Amino acid sequence: MLYAILCYDNEEVVGAWSKEEDDAVMARLGAVQGRLAAQGRLGPVARLLPTTVATTVRKGKKALVIDGPFAETKEQLLGFYLVDCPSLDDVVETAKELARASGSAGAYELRPVGYFQPNAALT
Amino acid sequence: MTDPAWIDAALTAARPQAVGALLRYFRDLDAAEEAFQDACLRALKTWPEKGPPRDPAAWLIMVGRNAGIDQARRRARQTELPDEERLSDLDDAETPLAERLDNADYRDDVLRLLFVCCHPDLPVTQQIALALRIVCGLTVRQIARAFLVSEAAMEQRITRAKARIAASGAAFAAPDAAERSERGGPVAAMVYLIFNEGYSAAGEHAGARAPLCDEAIRLGRLLLRLFNADPEVMGLLALMLLQHARAGARFDQAGEVILLEHQDRRLWDPKLIREGLALVDKAFRHRRPGPYQIQAAISALHARALSFADTDWEEIALLYEALEAMQPSPVVALNRAVAVSRVQGPEAALALLEPLAAPLAGYFYFHGARGALLKQLGRAGEARTAFDRAIALAGTAAEAAHIRKELDSLAEQAVAHCA
Repeated sequence: MLYAILCYDNEEVVGAWSKEEDDAVMARLGAVQGRLAAQGRLGPVARLLPTTVATTVRKGKKALVIDGPFAETKEQLLGFYLVDCPSLDDVVETAKELARASGSAGAYELRPVGYFQPNAALT
Repeated sequence: MTDPAWIDAALTAARPQAVGALLRYFRDLDAAEEAFQDACLRALKTWPEKGPPRDPAAWLIMVGRNAGIDQARRRARQTELPDEERLSDLDDAETPLAERLDNADYRDDVLRLLFVCCHPDLPVTQQIALALRIVCGLTVRQIARAFLVSEAAMEQRITRAKARIAASGAAFAAPDAAERSERGGPVAAMVYLIFNEGYSAAGEHAGARAPLCDEAIRLGRLLLRLFNADPEVMGLLALMLLQHARAGARFDQAGEVILLEHQDRRLWDPKLIREGLALVDKAFRHRRPGPYQIQAAISALHARALSFADTDWEEIALLYEALEAMQPSPVVALNRAVAVSRVQGPEAALALLEPLAAPLAGYFYFHGARGALLKQLGRAGEARTAFDRAIALAGTAAEAAHIRKELDSLAEQAVAHCA
């Protein structure tokens, strides 16, 4: 069974770490990731840029583009995509295309990825 | 068990929201600050044992409010202090309070706090000092060090600012819609001033002032959370991130400035650049360009260029032209001329410099740039005169050394001609 482990934390606190503190955390996490990768059990790892960089596409008859992160609590996280897009315009278009295809309500939050490790072991 | 670094970061992060809410209760900056300090002391005592609360800001507001009320009572009549447990044990109270403080309250509390610091009655120096003290929580000593004044002088500056705000009265009402849009601009300007105080520092003071850049970026993120659809706020944050990304490459070992042209781009911070570029992209989707966005776009082109030679000067020249139209300034015009020289050559750039001779007569970079253009055109005598003017105006040893190199290479050219 594949599992997604989703990371939640207070971004203002994490954002207030000094570079040394941040590096130390990443090094500790890297050690755990290294063990998992060596066992061939680790898929892609990504760290997202802050929610201040987020854009949200609200699904609906006509998709609505909103600045800022997804803020509702009525809906739950059901899945995610990782796509390579040259600009925000392109990823907004991609999300709109997905919205048309899905036909349901809900929203897509678009967040640029700050740190990415593909870990191709899982296929 | 809670990590002390985590507690520190949590207290810093919760500060604007907590002090903002306490200001709403007490309508007095000193009382709000004191109550927050009390709450922090209790947090340092309680959190390591009991673990961190789910919502640190709500916890600090609740404890701070109790402590503040208690302070007021104690001052009124010498009654006994309620015991520590009753003040700090919020297991039951915390949840409903956190729910009551919805996003709108949070937004208004933090805005009010920022507006108070940018009060139009305060001179800019007091605005900056007050924001660093109250919103960012820097100590008076840290702020004094950053501004190269004595601690006593900075203390006095902050006390004066607080007195002026208390005297002005009306500052504590919830901001209305008109105020929100009108006063966002001055807050953004104050944040950028803080950034520049940190960014423009060089030499021996660079270390002391560098934290100002981090504080300004933190305030920029805070501002963007409050005005999340304002492209100029996105532009401001992007601009600060992209400029600060170069921090590691901007100074040599002696602490002297290294010009963009000679910086080792491998030392630029890719994380800050990614965030900055994403924000520029997001801002420009609004098709409402403004000065911060244009400056951020210029920084973005530098960040994208693999080397100085790879820079898209044509686009940069156009952006400076747009910036000049919005904010006419001889320094912007000078920057535009330098970009034009890379695209159309020195002659075209020199023509753009002519009208700047009077307003920039005492500006080091003007004479340096003019000398370099004249040198390119082979007008050695005029170039030497311009470089001599520049050297006389150099503010640092690095600036003077840079011009001396230009003069040396002029001399070599002359020798080559004779030979």
